[in-house]
Amino acid sequence: MSSKQNIKPRKNALVLFFHKMGSPPWFFAFAGKLIPWLWAVFAGLAAWGLYLGLFRAPPDYLQGESFRIMYIHVPAAWMSMLIYGLMAVMGFIALVWRVRVMEILAMSSAPVGAAFTLAALITGSLWGRPTWGTYWVWDARLTSELVLLFLYLGVMGLYSAHDEPRKAARAACLLALVGLVNLPIIHFSVKWWNTLHQDSSIGITGSHIHISMLWPLLIMTVATKFYYAANLLTRARVMLLQQDLRKGWIRDAVKLNDDSGLNQGITQ
Amino acid sequence: MNELTHTASIPRAFFALLRRDLLLAFRRRTELLYPLMFLLVVVSLFPLGIGPGPALLARIAPGVLWIAALLATVISLDSLFRSDFEDGTLEQYLISGHPLTLIALAKTLAHWLVAGLPLVLLSPLLAIWMNLPTRAMGVMVATLALATPILSLIGAIGVGLTVSLRRGGQLLSLLVFPLYVPVLIIATGGIMAAVDDLPYQAFLGLLLAGLITSLTLAPFATAAALKISLS
Repeated sequence: MSSKQNIKPRKNALVLFFHKMGSPPWFFAFAGKLIPWLWAVFAGLAAWGLYLGLFRAPPDYLQGESFRIMYIHVPAAWMSMLIYGLMAVMGFIALVWRVRVMEILAMSSAPVGAAFTLAALITGSLWGRPTWGTYWVWDARLTSELVLLFLYLGVMGLYSAHDEPRKAARAACLLALVGLVNLPIIHFSVKWWNTLHQDSSIGITGSHIHISMLWPLLIMTVATKFYYAANLLTRARVMLLQQDLRKGWIRDAVKLNDDSGLNQGITQ
Repeated sequence: MNELTHTASIPRAFFALLRRDLLLAFRRRTELLYPLMFLLVVVSLFPLGIGPGPALLARIAPGVLWIAALLATVISLDSLFRSDFEDGTLEQYLISGHPLTLIALAKTLAHWLVAGLPLVLLSPLLAIWMNLPTRAMGVMVATLALATPILSLIGAIGVGLTVSLRRGGQLLSLLVFPLYVPVLIIATGGIMAAVDDLPYQAFLGLLLAGLITSLTLAPFATAAALKISLS
């Protein structure tokens, strides 16, 4: 009977990949191989994009040089929203199928997303000083970005408040999902609130961007994706190391590259 | 051992739980007054801090009343599952065989009747303090009546997630206030529209939509949160 069950139809390569990724040792090794490449691609793209954006793109006819902050601000703002969505999707997978690696990935996403949100807020307020004449306006976008930061902080706060890591991750994943349902409502209500309470404020820069200004932005957008992937996998590996420190597979996995010095710490 | 398990149908279990929670609340009558006293004190601080100018007070009245209501709700929320969690009753609910969603809904409803409804009833008095124009009074009461249940329902998710923590109360405000942003915006927007003699029906409609949405979705999330906290 059992031998019959073993003869299964061959799995789709993608499905097989996902199943393998659900196993911490496999994920740990795979992520370890991928991380240097991700960091390298990020560094290359970021250097290229920033060079084009900060030195080659012509100054804006209206905003002068200050528009260049866009090359950090806009990708960071996009990433802040994308990462929240990804975190909630990973949280959903973690809650429904109880995949531990997904819990770890979702929880590793939160600090990266919060950092991008903070970067978008800080660069936005620095950008607001020369263009709007003030560091902060209760503009709809700034406000919903601020609420997004609070949502991230809530997820991170809840995760760190629980002692048991898996319970903490599941609670925080549920909160991320609740936040995802609320996020569109928050976004539209804030947008609406702003148009209700004050006259149409100065919008974000003109609608058409010249191609020489657009290219660096696109490159930076792709670069931030690689940054997220590299940072996420690095964090997830560290989190796995911390949680599974006493387990056998970590010892085997780390023995393979003994020069890291990690093995010494574990055997002690 | 547990009579709910054997005899009670789902509606009976719901009302039995509701009755129990209301009874418990009325046996500790002074605790019922805490959120109300809190609301009174917070609202009375605003004229003291900002100045007694009637025009200014009328201008900020919708925001002040609503923020005070938010704070009072969050303060009262902490006790929603706390005592049941500490004495193990919550675990008994979980193994009682009745859907946890229903139990969460009954407890949330009891919480609103005990902590939310008194706020609604007290609000006209506070509105007079804050010099809110009389024409907006009805709308203000309507926004509170429609939206304080939303606060209880969303808040219950947060309480479910933090109930097993020793100092969950402080974290709770961080978790739920961002989720309350739309309610605050729409409710105060409606009151301000009424103050300015503009049509306000759309705001009430949106709050009603929010109430129906949270009534149908939030108890499931609360139940999931409680299951995580009890695991």
